[in-house]
Amino acid sequence: MKEKSCNKLEESKVARDAVDSSSLEQPLLRVRGLCKYFPIFNKGIMRKQIGIVKAADGISFDLMPGETLGIVGESGSGKTTVGRTILRALDPTDGEVSFFCDNDIIDLATVPRKRLKKLRTKMQMIFQDPFSSLNPRMTVRDIVAEPLIIHKMAKGKELEDKVTEMLIKVGLQPEHKMRYPHAFSGGQRQRIGIARALIMKPLLVVADEAVSALDVSVQAQVINLMKDLQQDLGLTYIFIAHDLSVVKHICDKVAVMYAGKIVELAKTEQLFKDPKHPYTRALLRAVPSPDPNIKMEFGLEGEVADPGKLPPGCAFHPRCRECFDKCKSEIPELLQLKKGGLLSCHINSENKKEK
Amino acid sequence: MSKKTKTTASYLSQWQLIRLRFFKHKLAAASLFIVVGLYVVAGFSEFFATYSTDMMNINQQYNPPMPVKFNFSDGLYVNKVKRNIDPVSFHKEYTETDEKIGLTFFGKGHSYKLWGVIPCSRHLLVATNTTEEIGTDKETFFYLFGSDKYGRDIYTRLIAGARVSLSIGLIAIAISFVLGIVIGGISGYVGGKTDLIIQRIIEIIGGFPKLPLWMAIAAAMPQDWSPLTVYFCITVVLSLMGWTGLARTVRSKLLQLREEDYAVAASLLGASHSRIIFKHLIPGFTSHIIVTLTMRVPGMILGETSLSFLGLGLRPPVVSWGVMLQDCMNMQAVALYPWLLLPLFFIVASVLSLNFLGDGLRDAADPYSAK
Repeated sequence: MKEKSCNKLEESKVARDAVDSSSLEQPLLRVRGLCKYFPIFNKGIMRKQIGIVKAADGISFDLMPGETLGIVGESGSGKTTVGRTILRALDPTDGEVSFFCDNDIIDLATVPRKRLKKLRTKMQMIFQDPFSSLNPRMTVRDIVAEPLIIHKMAKGKELEDKVTEMLIKVGLQPEHKMRYPHAFSGGQRQRIGIARALIMKPLLVVADEAVSALDVSVQAQVINLMKDLQQDLGLTYIFIAHDLSVVKHICDKVAVMYAGKIVELAKTEQLFKDPKHPYTRALLRAVPSPDPNIKMEFGLEGEVADPGKLPPGCAFHPRCRECFDKCKSEIPELLQLKKGGLLSCHINSENKKEK
Repeated sequence: MSKKTKTTASYLSQWQLIRLRFFKHKLAAASLFIVVGLYVVAGFSEFFATYSTDMMNINQQYNPPMPVKFNFSDGLYVNKVKRNIDPVSFHKEYTETDEKIGLTFFGKGHSYKLWGVIPCSRHLLVATNTTEEIGTDKETFFYLFGSDKYGRDIYTRLIAGARVSLSIGLIAIAISFVLGIVIGGISGYVGGKTDLIIQRIIEIIGGFPKLPLWMAIAAAMPQDWSPLTVYFCITVVLSLMGWTGLARTVRSKLLQLREEDYAVAASLLGASHSRIIFKHLIPGFTSHIIVTLTMRVPGMILGETSLSFLGLGLRPPVVSWGVMLQDCMNMQAVALYPWLLLPLFFIVASVLSLNFLGDGLRDAADPYSAK
């Protein structure tokens, strides 16, 4: 079973590389300087603004069609905010999100709400909690058919057929249609959520901790399902997670976020083989090993920085082992590494030398 | 077997589960039948009544209730009564005679128009007086629950009063339902400053002393308004005071549910605000709405009754339970003619059974006991 999934991994990599090279010049999604700030108000009748939370601050990356980008980081690092802001569940404070669809480039950050409705068919989201993301009052058929009904994409028998087809695709039975979500297990519910997200055949899917709430054996099933569907439908994923082993399995490249910023972005193999940022290294050290003889070494102390009042300089410096004076005063920039990948850390002043 | 029940349970909707749980609550289930029965009687009050509400008979004032008897030769019958007036105190006393008035089910009585439209003359139970008596002084009437000071049939008036008193509760609830859903919905879904202002208004309305307000409104109502206008006005007044509780329920539930992932999911699917509210959010707490409404109907009924009793609400010739209780304002009535207090029994019965019904519904719809 495990071997088989590994083979599949190899195959899909090859297929994706082909897609990459053919359309290298036109990324599906091009994010530049995306910011989402939340104001903090004091308690009281007048509601005076007393601060700002930079949940996402200057996020930039490109995403090729068919690629999978992993976004990892601790709780509170702004992963989910980035995902939701790209899909315009939240309105961004600043930045641009160029989305390439129907031979047209649309800036998702500024597109008016009216046009947004049409774009919803092209981008979808898979949610973390399969128990709260399905309306308990609707049958599976109603849940999965809803996108088609909203966008008037199918009616009557065609609608039923599409729903049945999609349910089979995600590994459910057509007779599950008339049941309610309470009759399903967590993994099955997540499959329903995936069916709902994919029935319109979107281009971009943001999976927000899509497997975090599932137990490990079910995680593997759902991830393999998502990989299969990616090949079938030519999907592009943004995979938000905090579990690095999951990310390693599914992603082509990984962005590591800390306190609302990307601190390192690299191809998956490169990131896991040669992590550059001290935070990435600490994260990788924290991955538990199945071998009980290997002593775990926790590299991280303290809490993730409060995005409401960030420390001066590099936000990570109070927890960083390799911190020096410059880190406390200057904010490091996200720079291109010669070997590929992006890094934002003063340690790599060789960055500049290389340049 | 257990597997079979499990698979069927997975097909049951929330409503089917609620129904199953509700009928386990025996008192609530019994109350449901009483409430439905009362509303059926109120709905077809002309058919269930023996006479018309304004039928008077000066010769039979304060006639006590007549017990219905049965024997095989006469069927159902009541004994005719004879009135004796005490020469000193002028107190009227009725004694039973051996003469009988026969009773028949579904017999022909006075003609009426059901709901003011369908002409009809059948009644549930009618007295079959001999034809030469009818319309003369000799005619005696059948008073199941006795008669009042004008010799009007209490039973008939109770049933006619049920129509007014029970319907006022329903209509007032319907109006406050609309107000509560709309205002509470705006408050919860929009939030922010709108929410703040609406909540303060609700608090002001809730903190208003009710009785002085009613008195002011009653004083402001012109005396020459038709009974129908007064009825409508009372309903509006009751519902204008009564929507706040529902608005709060709707608001708090919307605040809670709009943060649920499935609401976010729906908006990411491109669903409009109205689709999210009506298709995703409101179905999540319709059971709560129904419970809140059911629990408030008794309050509305009591409101109408107390207003009318105090003379601030409905006025004769309209018949309602509150109007009927106006006759009980003096000690004489309570001491000598206790059957005039019968409306009280019906008020208590309907209020209690509506409360039990609401209780049962709440238990059945309680999301914490549900899976």
